[in-house]
Amino acid sequence: MSVGFVMLCHTALDRAAAVARHWASAGAPVVIHVDTCVPKAEVDAMRASCAAHPGISFSRRFRCEWGTFGLVRATQEAAARMLALHPEVQHVFLTSGSCLPLRPLGELQAYLDRQPQTDFIESVTTAEVGWTMGGLDAERFTLRFPFSWRRHRRLFDAYTRMQRKLGVKRRIPLGLIPHLGSQWWCLSRGTLSAVLNDPNRPIYDRYFRRVWIPDESYFQTLVRLHSTRIESRPLTLSKFDHEGRPHVFYDDHLQLLRRSDCFVARKIWPGADKLYHAFLDTQRPAAAGVEPSPAKIDRLFSKAAERRRLGRPGLYMQSRYPRAGHENGCTAGPYSVFHGFSTLFEHYDAWLSKTLGLRAHGHLFAPERAEFAGGDGVFNGALSDSAALRDYNPRSFLTNLLWNCRGERQCFLTGPADKLDVAAFMAGDANAQISVVTGTWAVPLSREQAEFSAVRRKAARFQRAETELLAVLGSPRVKASVRIWTLVDFVENPMEAIQSIFDEINPRAPHRLAEVPRMADLSGVSDFLQRLRNQGMMPTMVGDYSAIDAMLAAPKEHARPYLVR
Amino acid sequence: MRALERYRLRLRRKRFLWRAFRKRRELSVAADRTGGLRPDAILLFATLRNERVRLPYFLRYYRQLGIDHFIFVDNGSSDGTGDYLAAQDDVSVWHTDKSYRRSRYGQDWLTWLMRKHADGRWALTVDLDEFFVYPFCDTRPIRALTDWLDGLGTRAFPAMVLDMYPRGRIDAQPYQEGKDPFETLQWFDAGNYTISVNATYGNLWIQGGPRARCMFADSPEQAPSLNKVPLVKWRRDYCYVNSTHMLLPRRLNLTYDRSGGETASGCLLHAKFLSVLGEKVSEELHRKQHFADSREYLRYAETLNEDHDLWCKWSEKYVNWRQLEILGLMSKGCWA
Repeated sequence: MSVGFVMLCHTALDRAAAVARHWASAGAPVVIHVDTCVPKAEVDAMRASCAAHPGISFSRRFRCEWGTFGLVRATQEAAARMLALHPEVQHVFLTSGSCLPLRPLGELQAYLDRQPQTDFIESVTTAEVGWTMGGLDAERFTLRFPFSWRRHRRLFDAYTRMQRKLGVKRRIPLGLIPHLGSQWWCLSRGTLSAVLNDPNRPIYDRYFRRVWIPDESYFQTLVRLHSTRIESRPLTLSKFDHEGRPHVFYDDHLQLLRRSDCFVARKIWPGADKLYHAFLDTQRPAAAGVEPSPAKIDRLFSKAAERRRLGRPGLYMQSRYPRAGHENGCTAGPYSVFHGFSTLFEHYDAWLSKTLGLRAHGHLFAPERAEFAGGDGVFNGALSDSAALRDYNPRSFLTNLLWNCRGERQCFLTGPADKLDVAAFMAGDANAQISVVTGTWAVPLSREQAEFSAVRRKAARFQRAETELLAVLGSPRVKASVRIWTLVDFVENPMEAIQSIFDEINPRAPHRLAEVPRMADLSGVSDFLQRLRNQGMMPTMVGDYSAIDAMLAAPKEHARPYLVR
Repeated sequence: MRALERYRLRLRRKRFLWRAFRKRRELSVAADRTGGLRPDAILLFATLRNERVRLPYFLRYYRQLGIDHFIFVDNGSSDGTGDYLAAQDDVSVWHTDKSYRRSRYGQDWLTWLMRKHADGRWALTVDLDEFFVYPFCDTRPIRALTDWLDGLGTRAFPAMVLDMYPRGRIDAQPYQEGKDPFETLQWFDAGNYTISVNATYGNLWIQGGPRARCMFADSPEQAPSLNKVPLVKWRRDYCYVNSTHMLLPRRLNLTYDRSGGETASGCLLHAKFLSVLGEKVSEELHRKQHFADSREYLRYAETLNEDHDLWCKWSEKYVNWRQLEILGLMSKGCWA
């Protein structure tokens, strides 16, 4: 009993030759096919380097362009040669020039001897396979593909579209059920010779000549006619990225490959000296009888594919800059914005920090500077508090802050005096929780000693800013969780309002709020608002302010309705 | 992009190539060893002036990465840079005394040399104070990266400039020839970069870092650009537009993913803030050969004069490329 290797090579022939010599000296025959695009000098050098091994022979050369029938022709020819020259061979293992044996030949031999009639070939029907690229799965078998996908992409696409439009369909030869699978297989002598000597082979060959990527379907389909036992998995460890290109192994994968216990891995970077040195070493200790377990490698590569496809939510950087609507999360984590709270409550940010156990910022978008938690001039990630830097790109400022503090919920205050250009971005962000109390600017303004016309202008400015903010937050495209109260609505029952915000921030909080923020004195606010009105400005953001006096006049417990009972 | 706009960019590229063709006469060969280069050699291109102190480490670093051949334009060095380079086996040097500014800050000269020598090869274009870091650079040589990019059919690889700085005054620890500059320049800013899209060229415009934070806080729009595309599988009709910040044809600048994913990218660790900066600044201010009337150098001079510290308590200490990857400054893409 013996295994023979068929090797398809087109680059890095020195590496391929080293692997072939490794197998040959262990006693396995090798048939090498070299693509016709390789210059003669290189092939001659390869032949010379293998000359000392009678077990290595070379088969007739074909042009093996990716996705064409040439690869199948080369395989057929080399496999036939293997069967003819080496009658002792019971299994033929198809490999490429960039494959590397990970376990000694004896182990593979023993593994195959335990299951002598089994064919190891991934072979699944098109309906079940989810990994084909470009949306061509069933159509591979029913359309014609005379043009190279790599070299004449436009022709390829146009011809495919035309066939779809015309409704042209090829007839699949009778008895064939199209199957797909990895190109790399290990077939038993019986099955392989039955496939190669099938009386209908000319019909099948003619059909597969125009199938797209026949090397992934020719043997995979035909073994179903002849095999008695198919193990639908390849013995070659070979992973593909999201665009169907094979992942490459490098020196730093050494331990990972060792622990995978696979027999052969593909594809190895030709410069990976350490890998070639380690795995072609015949003194290597054997791990007898272990089943291949490529799960760890699978995980590594699927994580990489996910990183490439989805990226890290909330990250904007040199190689990830999603256009609007494709962000997969506008920001790195949830955050809370409190608008108008700082003028209604004293030291609201400090109270927030204490109650929620986090670092709450002051007015991040204040006109003078970004008021980071703790009053620092720089914050996580060396983010500067300079207003000019912030206002140069407020969106970057916010997304940077949230990225730098990922894992830690950010809370910050805003007010009508702040620069709120970033509000539209926040409104469209599902991570944002925006709580707005409008009209609280009336509280500090009512106590301002300046000339009333100046105060009135200020009030008008604030009111305009809040009107704009409400317009932004009222847009149908809002994804943020938005709560809006007028001053009067809010002070009627502030604790319930704050509790609802906090419940959303931390739904599993063990107990309700115990300590309350100190509310500013509201006496005089309604007089002030009436005066504004008398002067010709309509305060629309406050609510029915006459209710304030009624609340203040109410008995003691009603005067402080925000106390938890 | 409208056809007219595309045509305008094409004309601009042709003009740059024409400029390079005319400026070829300003170059005289000092050592040309490009004759025996293999067709797949990986080349490094740089313009330099009086960088003798920085050279030994620079060459060592890039030889270790696997650069096959260095091509330099020596712009009137007087400190022995030219002789030192001419004596290296894997270096070709051209010499010129002509104006750096009028050669588009050295780009015209390099465009000519790249047109002649880099066609069909991978070319890395950097400054003498930029050190290329890419995913797995500690275990895989640069050829592993270029082979992988070839497999993807990607021709341009982006790397953002990451300004590295010391803790304390810039001139506190004198730099010695041959030493790793990042023994002193251990710190960088991790997360204060602003990004916008340059509609004309399609590239991302990245600003920020310690220079924006400390020197341009009052005029952020003038802060230096940090986006670069230093590694390109060159073709003779390519050209850089503005330093290596962007290229023509325009499609080469689309190195980022726009649908939420991440493509692979690297960083250029920027060893500008070494003790040798002081001499450089006074010289460059005198020569006035740099971009925007050497605006940057004016700021450096101010910074050097004031007892200034770029370091702050949120500065990040450099460890390796994996750290930069985790911080989101660069990405592995689907390379694993």
